[in-house]
Amino acid sequence: MQKGYFGQFGGMFVPELLMPPLLEIEEAMNTIVPSEAFQAEFKALLEDYVGRPSALYRCPNLSKRLGFNLWLKREDLNHTGAHKINNALGQGLLCRHMGKQVLLAETGAGMHGVATATAAAMLGLECVVYMGAEDVSRQSHNVKRMGLLGARIVPIESGTRTLKDAINAALRMWIAEQRTTHYCFGTAAGPHPFPTLVREFQSVIGREAKEQMLRKAGKLPDYVVACVGGGSNAIGAFHEFVPHGEVQLIGVEAAGTGEPGCHHSAPLNLGTPGVLHGAMSMLLQTKDGQIEPSHSIAPGLDYPGVGPEHAGLQASGRARYATVNDSQAYNAFRTLCREEGIIPALESSHAVAWALENVRSIPKKSDVLVCLSGRGDKDMGIIEEFEKNLKG
Amino acid sequence: MSILTERIRSANASGRKAVIPYLPAGFPDRERFWAEVSALDAGGADVIEIGVPFSDPVADGPVVEAASLECLEHGVTLEWILAELGRRKGAFRAGIVLMGYYNPFLQYGLERLGRDCAAAGVGGLIVPDLPLEESGPLRAALAGTGTECICLVGLNTPPERLAEYARVARGFVYFVSVLGTTGVRESLPEEVLAKLAQVRPAFSVPVALGFGISRPAQVAPFGDLIDAAVVGSALIKRLREGGDGAGFMKDWREGASLG
Ligand SMILES: Cc1ncc(COP(=O)(O)O)c(C=O)c1O
Repeated sequence: MQKGYFGQFGGMFVPELLMPPLLEIEEAMNTIVPSEAFQAEFKALLEDYVGRPSALYRCPNLSKRLGFNLWLKREDLNHTGAHKINNALGQGLLCRHMGKQVLLAETGAGMHGVATATAAAMLGLECVVYMGAEDVSRQSHNVKRMGLLGARIVPIESGTRTLKDAINAALRMWIAEQRTTHYCFGTAAGPHPFPTLVREFQSVIGREAKEQMLRKAGKLPDYVVACVGGGSNAIGAFHEFVPHGEVQLIGVEAAGTGEPGCHHSAPLNLGTPGVLHGAMSMLLQTKDGQIEPSHSIAPGLDYPGVGPEHAGLQASGRARYATVNDSQAYNAFRTLCREEGIIPALESSHAVAWALENVRSIPKKSDVLVCLSGRGDKDMGIIEEFEKNLKG
Repeated sequence: MSILTERIRSANASGRKAVIPYLPAGFPDRERFWAEVSALDAGGADVIEIGVPFSDPVADGPVVEAASLECLEHGVTLEWILAELGRRKGAFRAGIVLMGYYNPFLQYGLERLGRDCAAAGVGGLIVPDLPLEESGPLRAALAGTGTECICLVGLNTPPERLAEYARVARGFVYFVSVLGTTGVRESLPEEVLAKLAQVRPAFSVPVALGFGISRPAQVAPFGDLIDAAVVGSALIKRLREGGDGAGFMKDWREGASLG
């Protein structure tokens, strides 16, 4: 199989001008990342700066009510509030090792932007964040955080003014600034080597979770569940378990409002194969190959594509991908707040919702491990708005 | 010989650089587009690049992007472009090239694309997000149809990659003049000259220079290192400002003969 493919998905569909910097990152991924020095530095940062290992928490109240053990991998406890920091620090370190001075990032919900701005500040790098103008206004809290951390935020007015357009703009800037700039791609999508590089940095989630499950439950989980936007927290949670065929891997996509014909963010369930942002994967597109707008109540899931490794895992049958709609995610959000005292990100609430919604088909006493990818502080405005509409 | 090579060489034989105007299909609107293509052709364009609009044009600057998105709003599809070209087959002296991103071509179906491009008289496809590594399926689908897959190279393409591109290059090779996106620039970087000195001997097909070119005087310094110039954003701007394809070609034909 060709380099950077997962079955028929993946590849490097980019302008020739981006091939040299991508090949340079691939080379760095294969030589610098596995080196002892890099791994030691990365590990120390994850421990002392991010606060890893993150807790594995068995929800006592919900487990009792549901009849199966609901385990949460607490990425929400990480510094900056989500799994995104694992990848941003990994790539920030790599940027420094490659001798570049600028970290460029795109962001939708703002979590990857905050994580990259944080890594840049700590590692002494400059940071530029591209963000759709629509997202700048939806996620003003994170925009302020990035500003405090010293990042320059560039609002993107083109297209749908969301994440997909921020990625287009970031790729364009990277073409011009490749000599000084590392593009810190925020999820396990995009051209090779990003899906593999991001998975490498995020697989700490599954590695820790496996060790913690064996210690606390004495066995592997029966299900590993994670929300899928681009797919980085999910692939990070899945990777360690892929060889264990008895562990069911469940990715959860956002079904939007769930009404027929509504915008959603479920390319694995409702999309078709195509090429966007440098990779062949599943896509929301018209029959003519134009990219369709996406929607989710969770800004971090609002993306018309998905990482190619997930498309590959779906095609091979190793992982299953389900959908959860906005109100199911909201209900899960409320449930976790009220019954466990944890305010989850709306993205992560999709994964929790899958477990709550499938209580009938999940065998009693199963161990269900859900990746709680982030915390919900950033989502207060969306929640307020959603509740206003519920009442109105 | 590819019709594209032939058109460029014949311009060179008459002592000038070939001129390759670029216009997104359906710009400024669906009717006037074909009138402008005819005017460019009648004005002596050697090859005409027709843009296939895409929602997410990563290699384009703001001028081309905005024009492409307008075309999508006008309902332009690849199907429409190929059907309209088919009806006009033989009507243009210029070679016809389609420039577009991979996904619309892929969704059209690569084999069907090869067939329909041949039927419509398309001499080549330029696919800016399809580097050598990924171009196998498209090349296979185009093989033997008379439609060539045009290679793009740039300032940062290392000699080994130039050599690999040279092995498969047909029609002409597109040299991207800037580390950046399409769009008019005041001046081209100085490294262009040095890089062209590497590119020129690597390829047996003609070398076309594109991205950032607005005035004939900009290409004059490259002398024999290039055979053709591609001009896109400047033409779009001109049409927006009330100009037309005929006036555009007049300036360029006169200017390019200096080179
Ligand atoms: C908390 C949280 N979870 C999940 C995601 C989705 O990203 P991915 O699918 O790459 O894990 C985001 C993206 O911003 C996020 O902030």
